[in-house]
Amino acid sequence: MQEIHIVDIRKLTEIIKSKYGYDFTNYAISSLKRRIIRILELYKFKSVDALGKRISEDPVFFEEFISEITVNVTEMFRDPSFWRILRDKILPNILLNNKRIRIWHAGCSSGEEVYSMAILLKEMGILENSKIIATDIDDQILKRAKSGVYTVKNMELNEKNYVRFRGENELNRYFKIKNGLTYMDKSLVKDVSYRKQDLVKGGVFNKFDIVLCRNVMIYFNQNLQNDVLKKLHESIFKYGYLAIGSKESLIWSEIANKFIVANNEEKIYKKIKE
Amino acid sequence: MIFQGLHTKFKAIVIGGSAGSFQGITRILSRVPEDFPLPIILCLHRLKHVRNGFMEALSIKSIKNVVEPYDKESIKPGKVYLAPANYHLSIELGHYFSLSTEEMVNNSRPSIDITLETGAYTYKNKLIGILLSGANKDGAMGMKNIKDSGGFTVVQDPRECMINTMPSAALEMAEIDYTLSIDNIIELFFEIHKLYK
Ligand SMILES: C[S@@+](CC[C@H](N)C(=O)[O-])C[C@H]1O[C@@H](n2cnc3c(N)ncnc32)[C@H](O)[C@@H]1O
Repeated sequence: MQEIHIVDIRKLTEIIKSKYGYDFTNYAISSLKRRIIRILELYKFKSVDALGKRISEDPVFFEEFISEITVNVTEMFRDPSFWRILRDKILPNILLNNKRIRIWHAGCSSGEEVYSMAILLKEMGILENSKIIATDIDDQILKRAKSGVYTVKNMELNEKNYVRFRGENELNRYFKIKNGLTYMDKSLVKDVSYRKQDLVKGGVFNKFDIVLCRNVMIYFNQNLQNDVLKKLHESIFKYGYLAIGSKESLIWSEIANKFIVANNEEKIYKKIKE
Repeated sequence: MIFQGLHTKFKAIVIGGSAGSFQGITRILSRVPEDFPLPIILCLHRLKHVRNGFMEALSIKSIKNVVEPYDKESIKPGKVYLAPANYHLSIELGHYFSLSTEEMVNNSRPSIDITLETGAYTYKNKLIGILLSGANKDGAMGMKNIKDSGGFTVVQDPRECMINTMPSAALEMAEIDYTLSIDNIIELFFEIHKLYK
């Protein structure tokens, strides 16, 4: 593995910022560095400079770059106990005061989280009363999310998670296997709107009863987490919920006092102040 | 035992381990005293989808409490940290952790190489790396990174390991300062403890 310097990374993020308007300056540095090294090896660039040159000259390549620089690893029913709490506590709570549930998956990656939600809502009998918006910065991964096609190997893991979640059925009721790939039942997500959205540069675009932003902000440094959390806070109705990854925390952020802990183990927070 | 190259400038200890390392690590932690001054960062291969239980099992056997850090949590002297299940654990320049779900490295997440390498980058020659029993080569590259940055490297004696692939790979790839039994590793902790008194 070749060593690259922080100044080179800074130069690269400047090029991207000025040419395309995305800002990776405040991404967590060690994973960003590993991602860049990975891209250098993948495309056989000799240096970060060479990569920067290609990016500034080739917008089509830049799309690929975005896709490679982001980490898309995800699962259905990741942290099964989280989904159980959603089903048993959080969503019923929202339904006490609302007929409809408005849900935002911020950083939905290839859509496994969205399918998990849709299946959970369906099993609760409230899929029709829900409006899901799923966003990501990465166009290519959004295409995968929309296609609902996953590998059999990943689906085995998803099935294990679903069993731990204690779903009502077998997960395979929701997909078909064809030519060694699994095809999700798309009727589950027929009302989902998938959109490209950048949490860093993008503004607040709507309000939700619950926002899931799990394992996305770990790729940001603390300052950027703080900025993004302010936007997420603004995007949630009063008494709505924010769910972050199980190893993330709100403690250090400015908006911490505007939330109370709804479930500490699963990192679900309830907004109590505008 | 007399250890050459010990001094009070060390800032952290990182311990990597995989198959067959649990007993060794608990023996070490059961002896590391309450007021041991350096942070101890554990990156151990563990079941990917079992989030709970491992940290508790280690804590029970340790004098010190073992915690899984949150993303961006700062590294405090004297604390014992354990890489959480299914996340890579990086050590950042401002002496804090960050977590990531990147692809597995050496078939592992957490990957010992990632924790050691980022640790070497952050702590330079002020890091001690210890690699215990294990069945793959994860950690060997990281030990090389530590040595190249001027740090102090130790592997568990392969003859004592349940599975010696990991320390043997490190011995092949990197310059290792000491090859030690668990008992001698415990002694090393005592020596470091004395230095800081
Ligand atoms: C590791 S995945 C998390 C997927 C899912 N939420 C989960 O927990 O399994 C992180 C996702 O965040 C997206 N992402 C990274 N930076 C982003 C940004 N600035 N705006 C929106 N999405 C972003 C990546 O493209 C990636 O798909």
